[in-house]
Amino acid sequence: MAGHARHPARKPVHGTDRDAPSETSPLQHVKSNTVSGIRGRTILTAADLGRIVDRMAHQILEKTDGATNTVLLGIPTRGVPLAARLAARIEAFEGRRVPCGTLDVTLYRDDLRLRGTRAVGPTAVPEDGIDARRVILVDDVLFSGRTVRAALDALSDIGRPSQVQLAVLVDRGHRELPIRADYVGKNMPTSRAESVRVLLREVDGVDAVLLATANSDGHSGVDGPRSERRSE
Amino acid sequence: MIKHLLSADDLDRDTAIGILDIAERMAATAGREIKKLPTLRGRTVVNLFYEDSTRTRISFEAAAKRLSADVITFSAKGSSVSKGESLKDTALTLQAMGADAVAIRHPAAGAPHRLAGWISGSVLNAGDGTHEHPTQALLDAYTMRSRLGHVEGLRVAIVGDVLHSRVARSNLSLLTTLGAEVILVGPPTLLPVGFEKALPPGASISYDLDAVLPKCDVVMMLRVQRERMIDSYFPSEREYSRRYGLDRRRMALLPEHAIVMHPGPMNRGIEISSQVADSARSTVVEQVANGVSVRMAVLYLLLGGNA
Repeated sequence: MAGHARHPARKPVHGTDRDAPSETSPLQHVKSNTVSGIRGRTILTAADLGRIVDRMAHQILEKTDGATNTVLLGIPTRGVPLAARLAARIEAFEGRRVPCGTLDVTLYRDDLRLRGTRAVGPTAVPEDGIDARRVILVDDVLFSGRTVRAALDALSDIGRPSQVQLAVLVDRGHRELPIRADYVGKNMPTSRAESVRVLLREVDGVDAVLLATANSDGHSGVDGPRSERRSE
Repeated sequence: MIKHLLSADDLDRDTAIGILDIAERMAATAGREIKKLPTLRGRTVVNLFYEDSTRTRISFEAAAKRLSADVITFSAKGSSVSKGESLKDTALTLQAMGADAVAIRHPAAGAPHRLAGWISGSVLNAGDGTHEHPTQALLDAYTMRSRLGHVEGLRVAIVGDVLHSRVARSNLSLLTTLGAEVILVGPPTLLPVGFEKALPPGASISYDLDAVLPKCDVVMMLRVQRERMIDSYFPSEREYSRRYGLDRRRMALLPEHAIVMHPGPMNRGIEISSQVADSARSTVVEQVANGVSVRMAVLYLLLGGNA
């Protein structure tokens, strides 16, 4: 991956990207730059992100029989606006309102002792609950899989969904648990030393996905996908 | 990050608000069918109670259990303390048992501070003599915030036996930290001598309850602590009740939105009348429920992170 940065003229090859057509997403900011105060190589631009969310919404419709009996639950911080965007796209495509909620997993994490306590986010489950419904968990980055593991535990304390699926914007590999996503926006092979920063308009004021080497902003990037969010 | 919670002074504004925010999340889980969270699995919390208590002890126990910690409750009655064991030896016993946190209530002011020097776990002050009771202040602030929407800018009257009240001391400190105005009201004999010189900014003293009530958002009635009253601080309970008890007539002096708080246990008919205690304005029962959420938040903050 690092090689592409030095040849901005060359189109990047997404060898493992099974979904995003690389032809239609020319990366204009392949050089290292700073977006919203964060240094890193831009992997996805706002336009790429919009197309990816559209595609994921279509895939969800396809795989869930038109999003019937389905609830989207975003994992804070950036899973929440992503879930809302998916719900908005699904409504635009099929006219069906998908209930959307928030599932905070902080109290279920297995790394609290390693990383210290952090603020607990809100959990808001749609009024009709999740019992006997299909729940789609939505998060920005899938890395070690530990966040999703915690989310599954949190989910089982709230109710009993008929099925749980997982939608992530970026799958960066390095799984530590037997967890896979049902919907992937972009497969992004990374090294553990790198950190993936998803920026969303609702949270960061801008849409982009950056790849930063961990040392540039002090994150180790070794111990899980939350390393890039610790500042919150 | 703080390791112990010994005094409300340990909390700066951001930490205190952080605890209230987390408590709000914790409260949201209390409405679920499954109330337990796995957060403190494998941790041991010891409740070390050298003084009688219902509310605080049960509250700490419930909070620790909701977070899946193992709870050992120790009361001085029926333990080696009655054989003369010192606090230090008890502390070393707890240390040897691997207590991750100790919530201690003790009749001597400063006992939690001493304990914090002897054991490696976190120490939570659950009331030490007439000194401090920080989790009570946190739950009171939480109750004000949930009923009135905010703490900053509120005018709070703390009424009665301020002299003996650890609740008053902790509340005075926390509420002024959070930007509320505190008026301590009571007979001169039950207000500490020279206290007016030691008050934090935003706090004042008054001896006239009727004059204070119309401008209050919150009135917090303190229990007349007969067990600590070795001298005669007022001529009779009847007279105290006339001057400083909250009855229906006085409650009518309060603004429409004002709430009535009491840390419990109440002496009905002395500092608070039954009609007031059971009225819609009274938050006494809410305070107990909020106590569990707030203590969960504190345990999470003190224990969640450090291994």
